[in-house]
Amino acid sequence: MTSQRRIGDVLLQLDGISLSFGGVRALDNVSFDVRSHEIRAVIGPNGAGKSSLLNVINGVYHPTQGTVTYKGTTRPQMRPHEAARQGIARTFQNIALFKGMTVLDNIMTGRTLKMQAGFLFQCVYFGKARGEELEHREKVEHIIDFLQIEHIRKTPVGRLAYGLQKRVELARALAAEPELLLLDEPMAGMNVEEKEDMCRFILDVNDEYGTTIVLIEHDMSVVMDLSDRVVVLDYGRKIGDGKPDEVRADQAVIDAYLGVQH
Amino acid sequence: MGFFIEVLLGGLMAGVLYSLVALGFVLIFKASGVFNFAQGAMVLFAALTLVRLMELLKSTFSPFLLALVLTVGVMIALAWLIERLVLRPLVNQPGISLFMATLGISYVLDGFGQAVWGSDVYMLDVGIPKRPIVLFESLVPGGVLVPSEDLVAAAIAGVLVAGLGLFFQKTRIGRALRAVADDHQAAQSVGIPLNYIWVIVWTVAGLVALVAGIVWGSKLGVQFSLGLVALKALPVLILGGFESILGAVVGGLIIGAGEKLSEVYLGPLVGGGIENWFAYVVALLFLLIRPEGLFGERHIDRV
Repeated sequence: MTSQRRIGDVLLQLDGISLSFGGVRALDNVSFDVRSHEIRAVIGPNGAGKSSLLNVINGVYHPTQGTVTYKGTTRPQMRPHEAARQGIARTFQNIALFKGMTVLDNIMTGRTLKMQAGFLFQCVYFGKARGEELEHREKVEHIIDFLQIEHIRKTPVGRLAYGLQKRVELARALAAEPELLLLDEPMAGMNVEEKEDMCRFILDVNDEYGTTIVLIEHDMSVVMDLSDRVVVLDYGRKIGDGKPDEVRADQAVIDAYLGVQH
Repeated sequence: MGFFIEVLLGGLMAGVLYSLVALGFVLIFKASGVFNFAQGAMVLFAALTLVRLMELLKSTFSPFLLALVLTVGVMIALAWLIERLVLRPLVNQPGISLFMATLGISYVLDGFGQAVWGSDVYMLDVGIPKRPIVLFESLVPGGVLVPSEDLVAAAIAGVLVAGLGLFFQKTRIGRALRAVADDHQAAQSVGIPLNYIWVIVWTVAGLVALVAGIVWGSKLGVQFSLGLVALKALPVLILGGFESILGAVVGGLIIGAGEKLSEVYLGPLVGGGIENWFAYVVALLFLLIRPEGLFGERHIDRV
Protein backbone atom coordinates (compact mmCIF):
# COMPACT_ATOMS: atom_id res chain seq x y z
CA MET A 1 0.00 0.00 0.00
CA THR A 2 2.73 2.47 0.93
CA SER A 3 4.25 2.01 -2.49
CA GLN A 4 1.22 3.77 -3.98
CA ARG A 5 1.63 6.90 -1.95
CA ARG A 6 4.02 9.63 -2.93
CA ILE A 7 5.25 11.47 0.07
CA GLY A 8 5.70 15.02 -1.02
CA ASP A 9 7.18 18.27 0.21
CA VAL A 10 6.90 19.73 3.65
CA LEU A 11 3.29 20.71 4.27
CA LEU A 12 3.56 21.80 7.86
CA GLN A 13 6.62 23.01 9.66
CA LEU A 14 6.81 23.79 13.37
CA ASP A 15 9.79 25.80 14.54
CA GLY A 16 10.82 26.20 18.14
CA ILE A 17 7.27 26.03 19.50
CA SER A 18 6.99 26.83 23.19
CA LEU A 19 3.77 27.10 25.09
CA SER A 20 3.26 27.94 28.76
CA PHE A 21 0.22 28.11 30.93
CA GLY A 22 1.18 30.31 33.85
CA GLY A 23 4.28 28.60 35.21
CA VAL A 24 3.69 25.30 33.47
CA ARG A 25 5.64 24.68 30.30
CA ALA A 26 3.45 22.51 28.16
CA LEU A 27 5.75 22.65 25.17
CA ASP A 28 9.40 23.54 25.11
CA ASN A 29 11.15 24.42 21.87
CA VAL A 30 9.52 21.72 19.75
CA SER A 31 10.37 21.61 16.05
CA PHE A 32 9.36 19.09 13.42
CA ASP A 33 7.88 18.92 9.98
CA VAL A 34 5.06 17.02 8.32
CA ARG A 35 5.30 16.12 4.65
CA SER A 36 2.26 15.97 2.47
CA HIS A 37 0.53 12.60 2.15
CA GLU A 38 2.38 11.12 5.09
CA ILE A 39 1.04 9.77 8.36
CA ARG A 40 2.92 11.38 11.17
CA ALA A 41 2.43 10.09 14.67
CA VAL A 42 3.02 12.01 17.88
CA ILE A 43 3.61 9.80 20.90
CA GLY A 44 4.67 10.31 24.46
CA PRO A 45 3.63 9.55 28.02
CA ASN A 46 0.61 11.26 29.59
CA GLY A 47 1.07 14.99 30.00
CA ALA A 48 3.88 15.12 27.45
CA GLY A 49 2.14 17.93 25.57
CA LYS A 50 0.75 15.97 22.63
CA SER A 51 -2.72 17.47 22.67
CA SER A 52 -1.28 20.92 23.27
CA LEU A 53 0.76 20.46 20.14
CA LEU A 54 -2.33 19.62 18.13
CA ASN A 55 -4.10 22.61 19.59
CA VAL A 56 -1.24 24.84 18.48
CA ILE A 57 -1.43 23.50 14.94
CA ASN A 58 -5.17 24.08 14.74
CA GLY A 59 -5.05 27.50 16.34
CA VAL A 60 -6.79 26.82 19.64
CA TYR A 61 -3.60 27.78 21.50
CA HIS A 62 -1.23 30.48 20.41
CA PRO A 63 2.38 29.50 21.06
CA THR A 64 4.33 31.78 23.38
CA GLN A 65 7.32 31.29 21.12
CA GLY A 66 8.03 29.78 17.75
CA THR A 67 6.27 29.74 14.41
CA VAL A 68 3.97 27.47 12.47
CA THR A 69 4.43 27.36 8.72
CA TYR A 70 1.61 25.78 6.78
CA LYS A 71 1.67 25.46 3.02
CA GLY A 72 4.57 27.87 2.80
CA THR A 73 3.05 30.70 4.81
CA THR A 74 4.36 31.35 8.28
CA ARG A 75 1.47 32.57 10.24
CA PRO A 76 0.96 34.84 13.13
CA GLN A 77 -1.94 34.04 15.42
CA MET A 78 -4.81 32.21 13.86
CA ARG A 79 -8.18 31.14 15.11
CA PRO A 80 -9.57 27.63 14.79
CA HIS A 81 -12.16 28.51 12.18
CA GLU A 82 -9.43 30.10 10.07
CA ALA A 83 -7.40 26.93 10.38
CA ALA A 84 -10.45 25.06 9.17
CA ARG A 85 -10.69 27.42 6.22
CA GLN A 86 -7.13 26.55 5.23
CA GLY A 87 -7.89 22.87 5.13
CA ILE A 88 -7.06 21.67 8.61
CA ALA A 89 -9.66 19.39 10.19
CA ARG A 90 -9.45 17.53 13.46
CA THR A 91 -11.00 15.18 15.93
CA PHE A 92 -10.84 15.48 19.68
CA GLN A 93 -9.53 13.32 22.46
CA ASN A 94 -12.80 13.57 24.35
CA ILE A 95 -15.25 13.26 21.52
CA ALA A 96 -16.66 16.67 20.66
CA LEU A 97 -19.75 15.91 18.62
CA PHE A 98 -23.01 17.81 18.56
CA LYS A 99 -24.86 15.38 20.76
CA GLY A 100 -28.42 16.44 20.10
CA MET A 101 -28.06 16.21 16.33
CA THR A 102 -28.25 13.15 14.13
CA VAL A 103 -25.17 11.54 12.66
CA LEU A 104 -26.07 13.00 9.30
CA ASP A 105 -26.44 16.54 10.62
CA ASN A 106 -23.18 16.25 12.49
CA ILE A 107 -21.35 15.26 9.37
CA MET A 108 -23.10 18.00 7.39
CA THR A 109 -21.66 20.61 9.74
CA GLY A 110 -18.28 19.45 8.51
CA ARG A 111 -19.16 20.94 5.14
CA THR A 112 -19.82 24.40 6.54
CA LEU A 113 -16.88 25.88 4.70
CA LYS A 114 -17.59 24.13 1.42
CA MET A 115 -20.95 25.77 1.14
CA GLN A 116 -20.87 28.70 -1.20
CA ALA A 117 -24.03 30.57 -0.33
CA GLY A 118 -22.75 32.63 2.59
CA PHE A 119 -24.32 32.78 5.98
CA LEU A 120 -26.15 36.03 5.41
CA PHE A 121 -27.29 35.32 1.89
CA GLN A 122 -28.66 32.05 3.08
CA CYS A 123 -31.91 33.71 4.06
CA VAL A 124 -32.23 35.42 0.70
CA TYR A 125 -31.13 32.71 -1.72
CA PHE A 126 -33.40 30.02 -0.53
CA GLY A 127 -33.44 28.08 -3.77
CA LYS A 128 -29.73 28.20 -4.33
CA ALA A 129 -28.96 27.19 -0.79
CA ARG A 130 -31.28 24.23 -1.11
CA GLY A 131 -29.75 22.99 -4.35
CA GLU A 132 -26.36 23.26 -2.79
CA GLU A 133 -27.54 21.36 0.23
CA LEU A 134 -28.38 18.37 -1.95
CA GLU A 135 -25.01 18.46 -3.60
CA HIS A 136 -23.35 18.38 -0.22
CA ARG A 137 -25.60 15.60 0.91
CA GLU A 138 -24.16 13.45 -1.86
CA LYS A 139 -20.60 14.03 -0.73
CA VAL A 140 -21.59 13.30 2.82
CA GLU A 141 -23.37 10.10 1.85
CA HIS A 142 -20.19 9.02 0.15
CA ILE A 143 -18.24 9.50 3.37
CA ILE A 144 -20.94 7.66 5.28
CA ASP A 145 -20.55 4.74 2.90
CA PHE A 146 -16.82 4.90 3.19
CA LEU A 147 -16.87 4.68 6.99
CA GLN A 148 -19.71 2.15 7.00
CA ILE A 149 -22.10 4.04 9.22
CA GLU A 150 -25.17 3.93 6.95
CA HIS A 151 -27.24 2.15 9.58
CA ILE A 152 -26.97 4.98 12.10
CA ARG A 153 -27.40 7.96 9.78
CA LYS A 154 -30.51 9.25 11.49
CA THR A 155 -29.58 8.36 15.05
CA PRO A 156 -28.84 11.17 17.50
CA VAL A 157 -25.15 10.95 18.23
CA GLY A 158 -25.64 10.91 21.98
CA ARG A 159 -27.16 7.43 21.75
CA LEU A 160 -24.26 5.80 19.96
CA ALA A 161 -21.60 3.62 21.47
CA TYR A 162 -18.24 5.20 22.04
CA GLY A 163 -16.45 3.55 19.14
CA LEU A 164 -19.11 4.64 16.69
CA GLN A 165 -19.02 8.20 18.01
CA LYS A 166 -15.31 8.27 17.25
CA ARG A 167 -16.08 7.13 13.75
CA VAL A 168 -18.71 9.83 13.29
CA GLU A 169 -16.21 12.39 14.46
CA LEU A 170 -13.79 11.18 11.84
CA ALA A 171 -16.57 11.41 9.26
CA ARG A 172 -17.28 15.01 10.21
CA ALA A 173 -13.62 15.89 9.86
CA LEU A 174 -13.46 14.16 6.48
CA ALA A 175 -16.55 15.99 5.25
CA ALA A 176 -14.45 19.14 5.13
CA GLU A 177 -12.18 17.39 2.59
CA PRO A 178 -9.16 18.47 4.61
CA GLU A 179 -5.63 18.58 3.37
CA LEU A 180 -4.32 18.04 6.88
CA LEU A 181 -6.18 15.87 9.33
CA LEU A 182 -5.36 15.98 13.02
CA LEU A 183 -6.48 12.95 15.01
CA ASP A 184 -6.27 13.13 18.78
CA GLU A 185 -6.20 9.55 20.06
CA PRO A 186 -8.61 8.14 17.50
CA MET A 187 -8.47 4.71 19.08
CA ALA A 188 -8.62 5.53 22.78
CA GLY A 189 -11.11 3.37 24.63
CA MET A 190 -11.80 1.03 21.73
CA ASN A 191 -11.77 -2.73 21.72
CA VAL A 192 -9.44 -4.66 19.43
CA GLU A 193 -11.95 -5.05 16.66
CA GLU A 194 -12.88 -1.37 16.65
CA LYS A 195 -9.21 -0.46 16.67
CA GLU A 196 -8.57 -2.60 13.62
CA ASP A 197 -11.47 -0.94 11.81
CA MET A 198 -10.21 2.48 12.70
CA CYS A 199 -6.68 1.63 11.56
CA ARG A 200 -8.04 0.51 8.25
CA PHE A 201 -10.08 3.69 7.85
CA ILE A 202 -7.09 5.87 8.60
CA LEU A 203 -4.95 4.05 6.06
CA ASP A 204 -7.76 4.20 3.49
CA VAL A 205 -8.26 7.92 4.01
CA ASN A 206 -4.58 8.50 3.56
CA ASP A 207 -4.48 6.26 0.53
CA GLU A 208 -7.65 7.23 -1.23
CA TYR A 209 -7.82 10.95 -0.58
CA GLY A 210 -4.11 11.55 -0.13
CA THR A 211 -4.86 13.31 3.15
CA THR A 212 -1.91 14.16 5.34
CA ILE A 213 -2.50 12.90 8.84
CA VAL A 214 -1.02 13.88 12.16
CA LEU A 215 -2.11 11.44 14.80
CA ILE A 216 -1.68 11.11 18.52
CA GLU A 217 -1.87 7.59 19.81
CA HIS A 218 -0.96 5.59 22.86
CA ASP A 219 -1.13 2.13 21.41
CA MET A 220 2.43 1.53 20.26
CA SER A 221 1.65 -1.33 17.94
CA VAL A 222 -0.89 0.83 16.15
CA VAL A 223 1.59 3.65 15.82
CA MET A 224 4.31 1.38 14.47
CA ASP A 225 1.94 -0.11 11.90
CA LEU A 226 0.37 3.10 10.71
CA SER A 227 2.87 5.85 10.68
CA ASP A 228 5.57 6.86 8.29
CA ARG A 229 7.44 8.90 10.86
CA VAL A 230 7.05 9.37 14.60
CA VAL A 231 7.72 12.31 16.91
CA VAL A 232 8.27 11.49 20.58
CA LEU A 233 7.48 14.07 23.26
CA ASP A 234 8.28 13.92 26.95
CA TYR A 235 7.63 16.74 29.41
CA GLY A 236 6.99 19.09 26.52
CA ARG A 237 10.32 18.44 24.83
CA LYS A 238 10.98 16.48 21.68
CA ILE A 239 13.13 13.50 22.54
CA GLY A 240 12.87 11.49 19.37
CA ASP A 241 11.95 11.82 15.71
CA GLY A 242 12.22 9.35 12.88
CA LYS A 243 10.94 6.18 11.30
CA PRO A 244 9.06 3.86 13.65
CA ASP A 245 11.91 1.34 13.84
CA GLU A 246 14.48 4.02 14.59
CA VAL A 247 12.33 5.52 17.31
CA ARG A 248 11.68 2.14 18.86
CA ALA A 249 15.39 1.54 19.17
CA ASP A 250 16.17 4.98 20.56
CA GLN A 251 17.49 4.90 24.13
CA ALA A 252 15.93 8.23 25.17
CA VAL A 253 12.54 7.01 24.04
CA ILE A 254 12.89 3.72 25.85
CA ASP A 255 13.87 5.60 28.99
CA ALA A 256 10.89 7.91 28.77
CA TYR A 257 8.49 5.02 28.38
CA LEU A 258 10.00 2.49 30.72
CA GLY A 259 11.73 4.75 33.20
CA VAL A 260 15.44 5.01 33.87
CA GLN A 261 17.26 2.91 36.39
CA HIS A 262 18.92 5.02 39.05
CA MET B 1 -70.39 30.31 27.09
CA GLY B 2 -69.64 33.74 25.69
CA PHE B 3 -68.04 34.69 28.97
CA PHE B 4 -65.87 31.58 29.03
CA ILE B 5 -64.62 32.26 25.51
CA GLU B 6 -63.94 35.86 26.42
CA VAL B 7 -61.84 34.83 29.41
CA LEU B 8 -60.07 32.17 27.40
CA LEU B 9 -59.27 34.56 24.57
CA GLY B 10 -58.11 37.20 27.02
CA GLY B 11 -55.81 34.64 28.57
CA LEU B 12 -54.49 33.46 25.23
CA MET B 13 -53.76 37.04 24.24
CA ALA B 14 -51.83 37.65 27.43
CA GLY B 15 -50.06 34.39 26.68
CA VAL B 16 -48.99 35.69 23.30
CA LEU B 17 -47.25 38.54 25.05
CA TYR B 18 -45.43 36.17 27.37
CA SER B 19 -44.40 34.15 24.34
CA LEU B 20 -42.89 37.21 22.71
CA VAL B 21 -40.54 37.65 25.64
CA ALA B 22 -39.87 33.94 26.01
CA LEU B 23 -38.85 33.75 22.34
CA GLY B 24 -35.89 35.98 22.98
CA PHE B 25 -34.68 33.62 25.70
CA VAL B 26 -35.11 30.58 23.49
CA LEU B 27 -33.10 32.11 20.66
CA ILE B 28 -30.05 32.72 22.76
CA PHE B 29 -30.39 29.46 24.64
CA LYS B 30 -30.56 27.50 21.41
CA ALA B 31 -27.49 29.18 20.03
CA SER B 32 -25.22 29.31 23.01
CA GLY B 33 -26.73 27.13 25.68
CA VAL B 34 -26.87 30.20 27.87
CA PHE B 35 -29.85 31.37 29.80
CA ASN B 36 -29.78 35.06 28.95
CA PHE B 37 -30.80 36.85 32.09
CA ALA B 38 -30.58 40.17 30.27
CA GLN B 39 -33.51 39.51 27.94
CA GLY B 40 -35.89 41.47 30.15
CA ALA B 41 -33.48 44.37 30.33
CA MET B 42 -33.16 44.24 26.55
CA VAL B 43 -36.94 44.54 26.20
CA LEU B 44 -36.90 47.61 28.41
CA PHE B 45 -33.85 49.10 26.73
CA ALA B 46 -35.27 48.63 23.24
CA ALA B 47 -38.63 50.12 24.18
CA LEU B 48 -37.00 53.06 25.98
CA THR B 49 -34.73 53.77 23.03
CA LEU B 50 -37.65 53.68 20.65
CA VAL B 51 -39.98 55.85 22.68
CA ARG B 52 -37.36 58.50 23.42
CA LEU B 53 -36.13 58.61 19.83
CA MET B 54 -39.72 59.10 18.73
CA GLU B 55 -39.89 62.13 21.01
CA LEU B 56 -36.66 63.51 19.61
CA LEU B 57 -37.86 63.00 16.05
CA LYS B 58 -41.35 64.35 16.72
CA SER B 59 -41.14 67.01 14.05
CA THR B 60 -40.11 64.67 11.23
CA PHE B 61 -42.53 63.12 8.75
CA SER B 62 -42.66 59.74 10.44
CA PRO B 63 -41.23 59.66 13.92
CA PHE B 64 -42.14 56.01 14.39
CA LEU B 65 -40.47 54.65 11.28
CA LEU B 66 -37.33 56.72 11.72
CA ALA B 67 -37.06 55.83 15.38
CA LEU B 68 -37.68 52.19 14.55
CA VAL B 69 -34.85 52.09 12.03
CA LEU B 70 -32.51 53.82 14.47
CA THR B 71 -33.50 51.48 17.30
CA VAL B 72 -32.84 48.47 15.11
CA GLY B 73 -29.41 49.96 14.49
CA VAL B 74 -28.90 50.40 18.22
CA MET B 75 -29.87 46.78 18.90
CA ILE B 76 -27.42 45.53 16.27
CA ALA B 77 -24.69 47.69 17.80
CA LEU B 78 -25.62 46.33 21.20
CA ALA B 79 -25.32 42.73 19.99
CA TRP B 80 -21.94 43.50 18.48
CA LEU B 81 -20.75 45.15 21.70
CA ILE B 82 -21.94 42.25 23.85
CA GLU B 83 -20.11 39.78 21.61
CA ARG B 84 -16.96 41.87 21.61
CA LEU B 85 -16.81 42.80 25.28
CA VAL B 86 -18.51 39.93 27.05
CA LEU B 87 -18.85 36.76 24.99
CA ARG B 88 -15.57 36.69 23.10
CA PRO B 89 -13.40 36.62 26.23
CA LEU B 90 -15.59 33.83 27.59
CA VAL B 91 -15.35 31.35 24.69
CA ASN B 92 -15.07 27.75 25.89
CA GLN B 93 -15.98 28.73 29.44
CA PRO B 94 -18.68 26.80 31.29
CA GLY B 95 -22.28 27.90 30.80
CA ILE B 96 -22.57 29.18 34.33
CA SER B 97 -19.88 31.81 33.67
CA LEU B 98 -21.78 33.03 30.65
CA PHE B 99 -24.98 33.08 32.67
CA MET B 100 -23.33 35.25 35.31
CA ALA B 101 -22.09 37.52 32.55
CA THR B 102 -25.63 38.01 31.25
CA LEU B 103 -26.66 38.89 34.77
CA GLY B 104 -24.09 41.66 34.60
CA ILE B 105 -25.30 42.75 31.17
CA SER B 106 -28.79 43.01 32.56
CA TYR B 107 -27.74 45.43 35.32
CA VAL B 108 -25.58 47.49 32.99
CA LEU B 109 -28.39 47.77 30.46
CA ASP B 110 -30.96 48.72 33.11
CA GLY B 111 -28.73 51.42 34.52
CA PHE B 112 -27.34 52.65 31.22
CA GLY B 113 -30.73 52.77 29.54
CA GLN B 114 -32.27 54.83 32.27
CA ALA B 115 -29.23 57.08 32.62
CA VAL B 116 -29.38 57.93 28.94
CA TRP B 117 -33.10 57.91 28.28
CA GLY B 118 -34.56 58.79 31.68
CA SER B 119 -36.60 56.72 34.07
CA ASP B 120 -40.11 58.15 33.82
CA VAL B 121 -43.10 56.30 32.48
CA TYR B 122 -43.43 57.04 28.79
CA MET B 123 -46.48 56.50 26.69
CA LEU B 124 -45.77 54.62 23.52
CA ASP B 125 -48.27 55.14 20.73
CA VAL B 126 -47.32 53.43 17.51
CA GLY B 127 -50.81 53.49 16.11
CA ILE B 128 -52.00 50.07 17.23
CA PRO B 129 -55.80 50.37 17.38
CA LYS B 130 -57.13 50.06 20.92
CA ARG B 131 -60.86 49.87 20.37
CA PRO B 132 -62.26 46.50 21.34
CA ILE B 133 -64.12 44.63 18.64
CA VAL B 134 -66.90 42.10 18.93
CA LEU B 135 -66.44 38.67 17.36
CA PHE B 136 -68.58 35.55 16.89
CA GLU B 137 -71.81 37.48 17.26
CA SER B 138 -73.66 34.87 15.25
CA LEU B 139 -72.35 31.97 17.36
CA VAL B 140 -72.63 33.33 20.87
CA PRO B 141 -75.35 35.63 22.13
CA GLY B 142 -73.83 39.05 22.64
CA GLY B 143 -70.64 38.08 20.87
CA VAL B 144 -67.16 38.00 22.32
CA LEU B 145 -65.37 41.21 23.20
CA VAL B 146 -61.74 41.24 22.08
CA PRO B 147 -59.35 44.17 22.42
CA SER B 148 -58.05 44.81 18.94
CA GLU B 149 -54.57 45.62 20.18
CA ASP B 150 -54.35 42.05 21.43
CA LEU B 151 -55.27 40.77 18.00
CA VAL B 152 -52.53 42.88 16.47
CA ALA B 153 -50.08 41.54 19.03
CA ALA B 154 -51.13 37.99 18.20
CA ALA B 155 -50.68 38.63 14.49
CA ILE B 156 -47.22 40.10 15.07
CA ALA B 157 -46.23 37.17 17.24
CA GLY B 158 -47.51 34.74 14.61
CA VAL B 159 -45.45 36.33 11.86
CA LEU B 160 -42.40 36.46 14.09
CA VAL B 161 -42.66 32.82 15.06
CA ALA B 162 -43.18 31.67 11.48
CA GLY B 163 -40.20 33.71 10.36
CA LEU B 164 -37.94 32.48 13.12
CA GLY B 165 -39.09 28.92 12.63
CA LEU B 166 -38.05 29.03 8.98
CA PHE B 167 -34.81 30.71 9.85
CA PHE B 168 -33.85 28.05 12.35
CA GLN B 169 -35.25 24.89 10.82
CA LYS B 170 -34.74 25.44 7.15
CA THR B 171 -31.49 27.31 6.91
CA ARG B 172 -27.97 26.17 7.37
CA ILE B 173 -27.52 28.82 10.02
CA GLY B 174 -29.97 26.86 12.09
CA ARG B 175 -27.65 23.87 12.03
CA ALA B 176 -24.64 26.08 12.70
CA LEU B 177 -26.47 27.58 15.67
CA ARG B 178 -27.28 24.20 17.12
CA ALA B 179 -23.70 23.16 16.59
CA VAL B 180 -22.41 26.18 18.46
CA ALA B 181 -24.83 25.50 21.29
CA ASP B 182 -23.59 21.94 21.62
CA ASP B 183 -19.85 22.42 21.57
CA HIS B 184 -17.91 25.61 20.99
CA GLN B 185 -14.61 23.94 20.26
CA ALA B 186 -15.98 21.42 17.82
CA ALA B 187 -18.00 24.08 16.05
CA GLN B 188 -14.88 26.14 15.55
CA SER B 189 -12.95 23.16 14.31
CA VAL B 190 -15.38 22.61 11.45
CA GLY B 191 -15.05 26.27 10.55
CA ILE B 192 -18.10 27.86 12.07
CA PRO B 193 -17.09 31.37 13.07
CA LEU B 194 -18.33 31.60 16.62
CA ASN B 195 -18.19 35.37 16.90
CA TYR B 196 -20.25 35.92 13.80
CA ILE B 197 -22.89 33.46 14.93
CA TRP B 198 -23.18 35.16 18.29
CA VAL B 199 -23.60 38.60 16.81
CA ILE B 200 -26.36 37.23 14.58
CA VAL B 201 -28.19 35.52 17.37
CA TRP B 202 -27.96 38.41 19.82
CA THR B 203 -29.14 40.73 17.08
CA VAL B 204 -32.15 38.55 16.43
CA ALA B 205 -32.83 38.31 20.16
CA GLY B 206 -32.48 42.09 20.37
CA LEU B 207 -35.02 42.56 17.59
CA VAL B 208 -37.42 40.15 19.25
CA ALA B 209 -36.94 42.17 22.43
CA LEU B 210 -37.77 45.29 20.47
CA VAL B 211 -41.01 43.79 19.16
CA ALA B 212 -41.92 42.62 22.66
CA GLY B 213 -41.07 46.08 23.95
CA ILE B 214 -43.30 47.77 21.40
CA VAL B 215 -46.25 45.50 22.10
CA TRP B 216 -45.90 45.53 25.88
CA GLY B 217 -44.94 49.19 25.95
CA SER B 218 -47.97 50.34 24.04
CA LYS B 219 -50.14 48.34 26.43
CA LEU B 220 -48.55 49.24 29.76
CA GLY B 221 -46.41 52.28 28.98
CA VAL B 222 -42.66 52.11 28.81
CA GLN B 223 -41.34 51.94 32.34
CA PHE B 224 -38.90 50.12 34.54
CA SER B 225 -41.29 47.30 35.34
CA LEU B 226 -41.20 46.28 31.68
CA GLY B 227 -37.94 44.52 32.44
CA LEU B 228 -39.81 42.38 34.92
CA VAL B 229 -42.04 40.73 32.33
CA ALA B 230 -39.02 38.51 31.89
CA LEU B 231 -40.02 36.86 35.15
CA LYS B 232 -43.24 35.67 33.57
CA ALA B 233 -41.28 34.27 30.65
CA LEU B 234 -39.45 31.91 32.98
CA PRO B 235 -42.38 29.57 33.71
CA VAL B 236 -43.30 29.74 30.04
CA LEU B 237 -39.85 28.45 29.17
CA ILE B 238 -39.95 25.69 31.72
CA LEU B 239 -43.29 24.59 30.37
CA GLY B 240 -42.39 24.82 26.70
CA GLY B 241 -38.77 23.76 26.86
CA PHE B 242 -35.80 26.04 26.64
CA GLU B 243 -34.76 24.99 23.14
CA SER B 244 -38.07 25.16 21.39
CA ILE B 245 -39.52 28.15 19.56
CA LEU B 246 -42.81 26.32 19.29
CA GLY B 247 -42.56 25.55 22.99
CA ALA B 248 -42.24 29.22 23.83
CA VAL B 249 -45.47 29.90 21.97
CA VAL B 250 -47.46 26.97 23.28
CA GLY B 251 -46.09 27.49 26.78
CA GLY B 252 -47.07 31.14 26.68
CA LEU B 253 -50.58 30.32 25.54
CA ILE B 254 -51.06 27.65 28.20
CA ILE B 255 -49.76 29.87 30.96
CA GLY B 256 -51.79 32.87 29.77
CA ALA B 257 -55.04 30.96 29.37
CA GLY B 258 -54.46 28.91 32.51
CA GLU B 259 -53.90 31.84 34.77
CA LYS B 260 -56.91 33.79 33.52
CA LEU B 261 -59.25 30.80 33.65
CA SER B 262 -58.10 29.72 37.07
CA GLU B 263 -58.42 33.27 38.36
CA VAL B 264 -61.98 33.56 37.15
CA TYR B 265 -63.23 30.07 37.95
CA LEU B 266 -61.09 28.97 40.90
CA GLY B 267 -60.31 32.42 42.29
CA PRO B 268 -63.59 32.93 44.14
CA LEU B 269 -63.11 29.62 45.98
CA VAL B 270 -59.77 30.60 47.51
CA GLY B 271 -60.24 34.35 47.70
CA GLY B 272 -58.57 35.27 44.43
CA GLY B 273 -55.01 36.18 43.56
CA ILE B 274 -54.35 32.97 41.66
CA GLU B 275 -53.18 34.82 38.57
CA ASN B 276 -50.01 35.92 40.32
CA TRP B 277 -48.69 32.52 41.25
CA PHE B 278 -50.42 30.12 38.87
CA ALA B 279 -47.62 30.19 36.33
CA TYR B 280 -44.96 29.39 38.88
CA VAL B 281 -46.84 26.46 40.35
CA VAL B 282 -47.30 25.00 36.88
CA ALA B 283 -43.60 25.49 36.27
CA LEU B 284 -42.78 23.74 39.51
CA LEU B 285 -44.95 20.77 38.61
CA PHE B 286 -43.32 20.54 35.23
CA LEU B 287 -39.88 20.56 36.75
CA LEU B 288 -40.90 17.55 38.78
CA ILE B 289 -42.63 15.62 36.02
CA ARG B 290 -41.05 16.66 32.75
CA PRO B 291 -38.01 18.83 33.35
CA GLU B 292 -37.19 19.22 29.66
CA GLY B 293 -40.56 20.86 29.04
CA LEU B 294 -43.17 19.98 26.45
CA PHE B 295 -40.99 20.46 23.41
CA GLY B 296 -37.50 20.51 24.84
CA GLU B 297 -34.78 18.16 23.72
CA ARG B 298 -34.39 15.25 26.02
CA HIS B 299 -30.79 15.17 27.00
CA ILE B 300 -29.07 11.89 26.55
CA ASP B 301 -25.86 11.32 28.39
CA ARG B 302 -23.88 8.16 28.37
CA VAL B 303 -22.12 7.66 31.62
